[in-house]
Amino acid sequence: MRSKDIGHHISAQFNAELEEIRSKVLTMGGLVEQQTLDAVRALVEGDSELGETAILNDYKVNALEVTIDEECSQILARRQPTAGDLRLVVAIIKTITDLERIGDEAEKIGHLAVHLAGMEGNKQHFNAINALGEHVHTMIHDALDAFARLDVEQALAVAKMDSKVDEQYNGITRQLITYMMEDPRSITRSLDVMWAARALERIGDHATNICEYVIYLVRGKDVRHTSIEQMEEAARKH
Amino acid sequence: MSKTNHITTGLDMDTLHAGRRRLSFKDEEITLRINNFNLYYGDKQALKNVNLEIPRNKVTAFIGPSGCGKSTLLRSINRMNDLIDNVSIKGEIQLDEQNIFDKSVNVVDLRRRVGMVFQRPNPFPKSIYENVAYGLRIQGINNRRTLDEVVEKSLHGAALWDEVKDRLHDNALGLSGGQQQRLVIARAIAIEPEVLLLDEPASALDPISTLKLEELIYELKDKYTIVIVTHNMQQAARVSDYTAFLYMGELIEFSDTNTIFTNPKTKQTEDYITGRYG
Repeated sequence: MRSKDIGHHISAQFNAELEEIRSKVLTMGGLVEQQTLDAVRALVEGDSELGETAILNDYKVNALEVTIDEECSQILARRQPTAGDLRLVVAIIKTITDLERIGDEAEKIGHLAVHLAGMEGNKQHFNAINALGEHVHTMIHDALDAFARLDVEQALAVAKMDSKVDEQYNGITRQLITYMMEDPRSITRSLDVMWAARALERIGDHATNICEYVIYLVRGKDVRHTSIEQMEEAARKH
Repeated sequence: MSKTNHITTGLDMDTLHAGRRRLSFKDEEITLRINNFNLYYGDKQALKNVNLEIPRNKVTAFIGPSGCGKSTLLRSINRMNDLIDNVSIKGEIQLDEQNIFDKSVNVVDLRRRVGMVFQRPNPFPKSIYENVAYGLRIQGINNRRTLDEVVEKSLHGAALWDEVKDRLHDNALGLSGGQQQRLVIARAIAIEPEVLLLDEPASALDPISTLKLEELIYELKDKYTIVIVTHNMQQAARVSDYTAFLYMGELIEFSDTNTIFTNPKTKQTEDYITGRYG
């Protein structure tokens, strides 16, 4: 299935419905992308107001999830989509679940940012969080881009980035353990930072899931729970 | 201390994976082999070099736009096209390894082995009983006991018995469309064919009768090899095990129905089943 194939139904109404859902998914994606960006910045810069923005944003994300789900079930009931159309609807239903979870994780980071902003202490390890945040932000952005353009190569590239995220997360954990051992008074703070790092790591996993749905949508192959090599093979073979 | 109870779902991994496994064509026994089959109406070629194997005790659906040759192909299987002037064919269709166009084949015998049901129900203007017994009577079977048995068995087989058992001697034309269509199927299976050809069997029926008919098709495939032509793609998706997509007289794609409706290999198939113009 190619991106230009989404239109061209004999039923123009069906074209319009699919196009509308697709653009809503991208809107929802844009929202969680911004939400993640805000949450990480709020945490790193100690900006509790921005943290609140990230928390409040989650309502919009949740509302979009409900709307898109509803529209997908209407299409299933009224149009009985097949082949590429069916895979598009299934991929969307799954994608928005992951987007909504990304929203939840970003909300969590927002809360942690508000909490941390009110505390004194070492800000050194925020560099590492910032780097992880940027990395994860790129993953969300590129995963959505792969979804918009039905680009399998890009989806693969994003999935490959996830191991880097895991490395960074482990690095942060080790760093925080040393802080906590040096100074037990930093434990509360360090745990908050650790939760934030954990949330970012989960966001990376959700972005990877979205890439798997892109490969399913384009190639018709389910690559969940397979190795990156198997994923590559499925994506490249027609 | 009480013994630990291990909760088991009763599912092992093999069972789980079996659900994902698709029908494998190589495990099928083949009833019909269509080899390099070409058919012409005068100069016009309606079927172009069709090669297809139809598996036993499975439902195979032919789909495709009007004029693609699916009904022509279906009618070739019991040589209904013999009745049309100007038709010429090349290639062969084998039923159980025998070419049905061979001179030694008796057409009446072939049609006894390959029954057919049409779009509009066509019961004879006789009683329900006589409709079902008709095929046996023309074979010279008139024994009342045998006829009673076959009529009951066939009406059961066509899921119609309970609805008509108290009025077997009423005129068949008094039945509803859906009942008439099932009566016609009872008439077809009374002579125990091997293959049942269904040409748009539900297109003149309401949704409930259609579902009953589809349920019947599901039950009948235990005993018969079924080939169905349908314009209703959801119906093909619901009832068939294998699907063949024809376009402009050519067989474009043949695969198990799951594959055709979730991940077809050719763009033409995809465009047709998703309702796009090429």
